Amino acid sequence: MCLAVPARIIELKGDEAIADVIGNRIQAKTTLVPDVKLGDIVLIHAGFAITVLDEEEAKKIWQLLADLDNFSKTNKRVSG
Amino acid sequence: MLERINEAYTQIARAQKTLGRTVNIMEVCGTHTVTIFRAGLRSALPEGLKLLSGPGCPVCITDQGYIDAILAFADRTDIIIATYGDMIRVPGRNGSLEQKTNRGNIKIILSAEDVLKLAKQNPDKKILFVAVGFETTAPATAVLANEALQQGIKNIAIFSNHKLVVPAMASLLTTKNHRIDAFICPGHVSVIIGCDAYLPIVEQFHKPCVVAGFEPMQIIDAISEICRQLAEDEPQLGSVYQAAVKPGGNETAKKIINDTFDISDGYWRGLGEIKKSTLKLKEKFSSLDAEKQLGVKFIPEEDLTGCCCGEVLCGLMDPPDCGLFATSCTPDSPVGPCMVSSEGACAAWFKYTRKKRQK
Ligand code: SF4
Repeated sequence: MCLAVPARIIELKGDEAIADVIGNRIQAKTTLVPDVKLGDIVLIHAGFAITVLDEEEAKKIWQLLADLDNFSKTNKRVSG
Repeated sequence: MLERINEAYTQIARAQKTLGRTVNIMEVCGTHTVTIFRAGLRSALPEGLKLLSGPGCPVCITDQGYIDAILAFADRTDIIIATYGDMIRVPGRNGSLEQKTNRGNIKIILSAEDVLKLAKQNPDKKILFVAVGFETTAPATAVLANEALQQGIKNIAIFSNHKLVVPAMASLLTTKNHRIDAFICPGHVSVIIGCDAYLPIVEQFHKPCVVAGFEPMQIIDAISEICRQLAEDEPQLGSVYQAAVKPGGNETAKKIINDTFDISDGYWRGLGEIKKSTLKLKEKFSSLDAEKQLGVKFIPEEDLTGCCCGEVLCGLMDPPDCGLFATSCTPDSPVGPCMVSSEGACAAWFKYTRKKRQK
């Protein structure tokens, strides 16, 4: 429940954004980061952007998520 | 990377020497618990260090009485229960929300914003929102409450059980027999409240508090920093997650929390009542308050028999020491909330070690 993902804002209307997480589009509210701009990377938690992140940090987390994804796939296969 | 691991080993040894015993560090956040297991940190770290899982999973610390209060509404056809997915399998006295899903009036939401949508799509029903979580989800509930009020939406009832992390940490340090030397503070909660929020823990209780993100190496760095402080007997605030966490946190989010909620006393599973630890909607939002509108009533209950989640959450016991662990309690048929949530300590121990403790 406390998981948050970095995502790049690709559309922004008022405080409603569409953001991109490694190719997946998600809806997010930007009410809590009012200064956010198009193209910024934000950390999204339960549908709300909670902070702006720099590119380098975001990449680290994306990599971590990709590893996790692979991990859980292999994990499932092994345990049947 | 190796250097950072070596550094951790050195600092752990120094801290152990200063304390003259094992160093006990509590990771408050459930996501840290999972990262620690997944990266195999427990087995990679020396024996002189013990990591305790703390009360940092919102599902695990939700009192059974809260679940039962919601369950009492599960059979009402005029009500839709909106909940984050993690909550639906938590057993109450009379089953879980999951067992009631066939009625179609329990909706899993991903964002508090979905509650607003549900309310608009179902004008003839009341949406009962199970508002749980720490300071990370509380601002989202606050935004929802403000939007609903502004837009004059009346069919939302928010049952707020949002919790504050720092009072729980303080409460743990006042329990008898606690064995906590320091805290690895949660990453995302700290994005909202800021590192400075832990100052009372450092100043009043003299315990190091270091904020970490979710990379395994950051957890190693946090352990190093904590052990350095313990070795030098200089408890301080620290952060190895500067990329996302500011000293003051997210001011906008803190303001909307303050404007929307009052801080009141509240119950935590395992920890009992903690003063000034729970967020309740302000008077201004009475028309959206489930306790006032629907008479939803929270009655604190004795925890489930045999389940030791309370001790686990306080760092007094490891899950394998619970008599039910991996026997009658497994993720497929959980007895307590620490086995339900994927971030719960029992679920993490089960997934990654699966062993009963050898007696
Ligand atoms: S193993 Fe199950 S019964 Fe035991 S403390 Fe954990 S959740 Fe409770």
